Amino acid sequence: MSYAQLIGDWQALVVLFVAGVIPNQIWRMLGLWFGGGIDEGSELLVWVRAVATAILAGVIAQIVVEPPGALASVPDTLRYGAVAAGLVAFLLARRSIFAGVVTGEVFMLAGKWWLG
Amino acid sequence: MALPPLDSPQWNSRWLAFGWGLRSITQTILTIVLFVTYLGIGALAHDTHFSLAWALCSTLFVWAGPAQIILITTLGSGATIIQSAIAVTVSAIRLFPMVVSVLPLMRTRATKRRELIFAAHLTAVTLWVECHRFLPQVPRERRIAFVHGLGCGLVSVCLVANTVGYFLAANLTQTLGAAILLLTPLSFLFSTARNSREVADVVALVLGILLYPLAAKMNSGVDILVSGVVAGTMAYGVHWWREVRA
Repeated sequence: MSYAQLIGDWQALVVLFVAGVIPNQIWRMLGLWFGGGIDEGSELLVWVRAVATAILAGVIAQIVVEPPGALASVPDTLRYGAVAAGLVAFLLARRSIFAGVVTGEVFMLAGKWWLG
Repeated sequence: MALPPLDSPQWNSRWLAFGWGLRSITQTILTIVLFVTYLGIGALAHDTHFSLAWALCSTLFVWAGPAQIILITTLGSGATIIQSAIAVTVSAIRLFPMVVSVLPLMRTRATKRRELIFAAHLTAVTLWVECHRFLPQVPRERRIAFVHGLGCGLVSVCLVANTVGYFLAANLTQTLGAAILLLTPLSFLFSTARNSREVADVVALVLGILLYPLAAKMNSGVDILVSGVVAGTMAYGVHWWREVRA
């Protein structure tokens, strides 16, 4: 791999700043700017937080429903099954993130192995 | 490792507090989850023909896993810069309430806004969760330095993971690649669920997942925004029904 390949072209880095860095930093800086004046328990903030949580939920659903790259090689039912199995383990293990992630992964790998 | 008591001389300097923050990355399972997620982002960047420098810059300057994944997958699937920017902007809205709720934890009366800029930049879901867990054990006037240490530690771990993932990508089997990509939704789902204390949070999470496939049928380009606002507003309605009206 050459030096040039590791750096890539400058246009891609410009795209990164326009479509990646600015859209994220805008919200952080708005939070910094307006955060001081907002009461942490205010009703507006409860709504904003609920919308933000639901947007993150949408991102999670998008990766599972419209999988990127190599994840597209896993059949639909197996992806949904893996998330469901992970959720069951997460709840049974008293909200253990570790139990949920490992169970989901094992379910997906076992299913792929079983399907051949 | 336990953090020293609040009145310990171990908190006497900013650098000591920075060091305690740095060391605290060993105290959470989320560091491992983050490592593997960023391994996946490195591999995804390689498979989508982005450079390693691009992947590292995205981690340093974007510093939000879902946003980075959305950026790479949309650009990789031929979306325009504008479409990608809209999708990323929408996914990043959640950073606003995170920053709003986390900064008061480290602010004192004497704190100037510019002293909080770097802490605001470091704020993402992992840091947000860990701040609520660690900061009560840190003296208030040392919290900014502690968060800088914690954040720098997590960013460093992710930069290493990106590099490893990028070079592994060529050698990964499809199944292993799929397993690494699946880590992102699983870890985000369970860390958000674990952090949901109020009914409104749980309702927002569940409805957000269920409504997205419906919204996606519209193919509007802003599907996540539509399902997020609808699900979030319904969750707020549940909160209002239970708390405000009662």
